[in-house]
Amino acid sequence: MNGSPPLSTIDTVPEQRVRRAAGLLVALAALVAVLVLGIGFGARFLTPGEVWAGLVDPDSPYYRIVHEMRLPRTLLGLLVGLALGLAGAIMQALTRNPLADPGLLGINAGASAAVATSAAFLGVATFSGYVWFALAGAAAVTALVYAVGGGRAATPARLALAGAALNAALYSYVSAVLLGNTASIQKVRFWTVGSLASADFDTLKRLTPFVVAGVIIALLAARPLNALALGDDAARALGARPGLIRAMVIVAVTLLCGSATAACGPIIFVGLLIPHLVRPITGPDLRWMLPYTAVLAPVLLVGADVLGRVLGSPGELQVGVVTAVLGGPLFLYLVRVAK
Amino acid sequence: MIIRSRSVVIGAGALLAMAAVAVLTLGTGDYPIAPADVVKTLAGQGNAAQAFIINELRLPRVITAVLVGMALAAGGAIFQSITRNPLGSPDILGITNGAGTAALAVVILGGSSTQLSLAAVAGGIATALIIQLIGGRRGLQGYRFILIGVGMTAILNGIMGWLLTKGVQMENARALLWLTGSFDGRGWEEALPLLGVLIVAIPVLAIACGPGLRMLEMGDDIAAGLGVPVKRLRNGALLLASLVVSCAAAAAGPVAFVALIAPNIARRVTRAPGPNLLPSMAIGALLTVAADWLAMHSGYPLPVGVVTGALGGGYLVWLLISERKAGRI
Repeated sequence: MNGSPPLSTIDTVPEQRVRRAAGLLVALAALVAVLVLGIGFGARFLTPGEVWAGLVDPDSPYYRIVHEMRLPRTLLGLLVGLALGLAGAIMQALTRNPLADPGLLGINAGASAAVATSAAFLGVATFSGYVWFALAGAAAVTALVYAVGGGRAATPARLALAGAALNAALYSYVSAVLLGNTASIQKVRFWTVGSLASADFDTLKRLTPFVVAGVIIALLAARPLNALALGDDAARALGARPGLIRAMVIVAVTLLCGSATAACGPIIFVGLLIPHLVRPITGPDLRWMLPYTAVLAPVLLVGADVLGRVLGSPGELQVGVVTAVLGGPLFLYLVRVAK
Repeated sequence: MIIRSRSVVIGAGALLAMAAVAVLTLGTGDYPIAPADVVKTLAGQGNAAQAFIINELRLPRVITAVLVGMALAAGGAIFQSITRNPLGSPDILGITNGAGTAALAVVILGGSSTQLSLAAVAGGIATALIIQLIGGRRGLQGYRFILIGVGMTAILNGIMGWLLTKGVQMENARALLWLTGSFDGRGWEEALPLLGVLIVAIPVLAIACGPGLRMLEMGDDIAAGLGVPVKRLRNGALLLASLVVSCAAAAAGPVAFVALIAPNIARRVTRAPGPNLLPSMAIGALLTVAADWLAMHSGYPLPVGVVTGALGGGYLVWLLISERKAGRI
């Protein structure tokens, strides 16, 4: 206990609360700015004023562009970023593992393998068909990774390695499935990279309930997860039920990762990066960390999508490629500075 | 070099089994040939038609499969010894992804097969060098090294996915086939360069690196105390093993998981410390030849990488669970 404040005062440092709340407002402002940029950026750049007019004024010349093309894409980025960020944050908390990320641990790859199977063998071709397979695949891998690496003896490195091994196996399965069916290569090759390009309102409408359910469960788990960080026995003494909390986290991760992956393919590192960037501001308290993550993860995803469109123009660099290439070096940095 | 009789018996047994499967494979095709006739033909006693079919058409493919299996297993054995981890194979640490990314770029740009092979070798070696560079002054120790490899794999997967969206349909099919690994249409022009690399690299790995690596498995400090030049040995062995794996990938594509499974099995059955280089190679050859035979008999034109991928995936899950039970993970 050298230097840290007594436990009873951690919650009630008013100054710290004000600072964190102010920080959250700044983060929200950043989110709004990125969303406006996401809608405004394209073949014809729209100023924030034109974006606003396009959103609310049916007579605006930009109404159709904004509503039919740019808004769905940006909102999809928002939802997927939110889902992956929160999933990463609660997984890191549950496994007490700073390297936990739904992409790195193979959960997104599990969803993707299930989707590739459904597309190649069962002829499924829409989000509402994909999503159930994706959820099943995500659930299977979440359970497996947790069973393999969730024990108390699991070190971050070992869990990451188990995930990498699963990723390799699942990727080789996906390419094997695609090989058997050249037409499906064409159909899902954009999807297997992780892209927002196919966004439309129909997908959004079907994705939203899954993400909302996942977010609610994740937020409900914040407080008991804080208790669980002290260990199972201490958590029980504080009135939490470790088994229930674990089940909640696994359900939330499955819902968030499975549906996000079904909508736009496996995207890596969002769930790793944002909690790491947020933790220095909020500390380990999930009641602050989760809201921050929920606001900043979409900033990263929508920002990466805009960046991909800038770098790849006249085409685009898929958002999954951008997050891998941006997030990879940060991961390498974390590994390099770690003891 | 210490010769252990158990390792010799197991290596010889694997080679014999491999030869038996190879005879079956040589008899398989549009013109089936009985195993006895295959053996007779190989001994130079067969009729002219059978001699042509076996020696000219089918043998080069089987030899490529044997060499690719040996090379992948040798690389994997060295990697697992350096990382001191049964999962630390070049498949998972990004070496094969580096080779794949470079090869894919060549396919998308419409390059020739020779350019593709050269690019694959260059890509694998470049990845190994980058991993060493990021490893930095403190050198490549156990998990740090593995995690750097995992990070590289993720980045390279992103780039590969992007390259796949760039090509047109036919090129993509060719690229994916290459990435999975296949022996279809492979022959002497792939086998001979690989054979050359193996003849040079394997003695160096076995005789110059083997004893040092065996000591390195006891820990860096103990090895250094015993006079092993730890950093130089590790970096040198890593680069050479990457070269061998990349050359195998250049010949037939990165056939999934052979580099992971073969050394694992070798270590379990020989119960010997160290890289187990030669038994691993025998088992690797058996694996690829048997997987190729299975692929041919699947009733569906499967590339061999799909079979090893399926076998490897199952083995991997079993390995993860048994490591977990043993409390090692």
